[in-house]
Amino acid sequence: MAVMSYIQAVTTALREEMQRDDKVFILGEDVGKKGGVFRATDGLYDEFGAARVLDTPLSESAIAGVGIGAAMYGLRPVAEMQFADFILPAFNQIISEAAKIRYRSNNDWQAPITIRAPYGGGVHGALYHSQSVEAMFANQPGLKIVMPSTPYDVKGLLKAAIRDNDPVLFFEHKRAYRLIKGEVPSDDYVLPIGKADVKREGDDITVITYGLGVHFALQAAEKLAEEGIEAHILDLRTVYPLDQEAIIEAATKTGKVLLVTEDNKEGSIIGEVAAIIAENCLFDLDAPIKRLAGPDVPAMPYAPTMEKYFMINPEKVENAMRDLAEF
Amino acid sequence: MSLNRHQQAGITDEQVLDMYKTMLLARKIDERMWLLNRSGKIPFVISCQGQEAAQIGASFALDREQDWTAPYYRDLGVVLAFGMTAKDIMLSAFAKAEDPNSGGRQMPGHFGQKKNRILTGSSPVTTQLPHAVGVALAGKMEKEEFVSFVTLGEGSTNQGDFHEGLNFAGVHKLPVITMVENNKYAISVPFDRQVASENVSIRAKSYGMHGVTVNGNDPIEVYTAVKEARERAINGDGPSLIEAVTYRLTAHSSDDDDRTYREKEEVEEAKRDDCILTFSTYLKESGVLTDEIEEKINSEVQGIVNEATEYAEEAPYAEPEHALRFVYEEQEG
Repeated sequence: MAVMSYIQAVTTALREEMQRDDKVFILGEDVGKKGGVFRATDGLYDEFGAARVLDTPLSESAIAGVGIGAAMYGLRPVAEMQFADFILPAFNQIISEAAKIRYRSNNDWQAPITIRAPYGGGVHGALYHSQSVEAMFANQPGLKIVMPSTPYDVKGLLKAAIRDNDPVLFFEHKRAYRLIKGEVPSDDYVLPIGKADVKREGDDITVITYGLGVHFALQAAEKLAEEGIEAHILDLRTVYPLDQEAIIEAATKTGKVLLVTEDNKEGSIIGEVAAIIAENCLFDLDAPIKRLAGPDVPAMPYAPTMEKYFMINPEKVENAMRDLAEF
Repeated sequence: MSLNRHQQAGITDEQVLDMYKTMLLARKIDERMWLLNRSGKIPFVISCQGQEAAQIGASFALDREQDWTAPYYRDLGVVLAFGMTAKDIMLSAFAKAEDPNSGGRQMPGHFGQKKNRILTGSSPVTTQLPHAVGVALAGKMEKEEFVSFVTLGEGSTNQGDFHEGLNFAGVHKLPVITMVENNKYAISVPFDRQVASENVSIRAKSYGMHGVTVNGNDPIEVYTAVKEARERAINGDGPSLIEAVTYRLTAHSSDDDDRTYREKEEVEEAKRDDCILTFSTYLKESGVLTDEIEEKINSEVQGIVNEATEYAEEAPYAEPEHALRFVYEEQEG
């Protein structure tokens, strides 16, 4: 089994899907000759040509809207937003259009588009190259939002997103692109969208998170294991709609739950996770539900001092886990 | 004997009568919906009245078996020309389960019907323009020979999606025909408070495409402009922007009172140029429409509208729980 980086898993999934189905094509800014600003589409222009790896004008609403039109026609567009921070001009196309096309047409039409975007901080990206934007989209039925944490999940979930007959937002943590490596089978596998995944078994506390937070929690769990605290770690993988069954099961297992996101705290994905636990697990809880998140400031500052203060990291996660274990 | 105008445009006598009949059908359905609204039977109506010539003239210039369309909410004439029936429209007006546009989910005027290649639309304006561009892109990639026809009002030409969509179409030389139905008002705001340029079609230049302004009250003039645009598109010469100048003869919608922002005299004057009247006069002068044929068409259209209304009024609503269906694809079995 090959070991590859998170971003190589993105490229691999794209390449395999384009080889498998000639209706799959990529559109976005700088995705062609350059292979993307992060090089997620590296080599695909040479392999599949300019028409299927289409450099578009700098126009996010058109990237989404043209993709939606092509999807309604019957193609399988994979649109790239250069940074998740720049997706907002396409918000209307995603929320008013893509997410509602099946519903509003009473199942006559569908818009099977995948929209990929790098998100997340800790890369000196400042306010507009660091944001987590998932919560802005995560109350729109009709839309699916996938945020994988490992190269294995990236490949299986990106393939699933491209094959899905509904619109999928696929957010990739940009710091994970080269930081996170892992084994990825060379065979053609897909993972189910809408299913969370247990990344570590434990009986003392439960951590529910996604994206880079999964790795921080796993690192922290190893340290805590030396102190005799065994953490159970659930990776949401799909943040909308949430895997309620897996959340309830993970929360019930230990009765102590820490929820982690690098997004601003108020109104984030983990608030909804907390509500699911509160509704379903009250008598199984041995401690209040705890949340670790970014502060409620508009976005992540540039200066390293302030960026570090904003970002979650393994130490912050470890401390929060220990506090909960000792409750 | 010299050819009359429609023959010069390559339209047969039979086709020109079909155009007239479709225009009349659109008008009569629209008028019926207002009556139904004012008698409390349907909650809402939004009109095509005054724009039928542009809509039908354009549609008849297209290949209605192959071409795709992304209409806006006034395009009753376009969707009828593309194969939607009076019954389909009335089912939508009454929000009944059998409505092919949305099964009673959307307000009237929110068209969509896959079998006739009519893209589903929404209420935020101009979002359909990039969709039409996407359809054209897909057709070009698949090497299919068709054009994508998208319509919108002049107010919509100020939206970002107008610029983003047309620029994309221009850059990639896609087979898209964009027709702006300039009815001179965006609800209450007149053209000169909406658009800084002298007209809409001049904007085509900045997108590297052909642009032209035509008399939207004249279906033959619109037909010719769209026919030429279609030929350019099919020949690989890229997209076109056509501005059809019309006039909105009704209020914006059944919830609007246009007396608060425009003079009665202005509307009365526009009604003297009503495209249904001027076109029937032309057809009579050219000898195509006789009193006998006119009477036959009128009674046929009346019959279609009556039958559609009765059917839709009697048709059942969706079950309440149907509101939960089709959020995502549903697996069989």
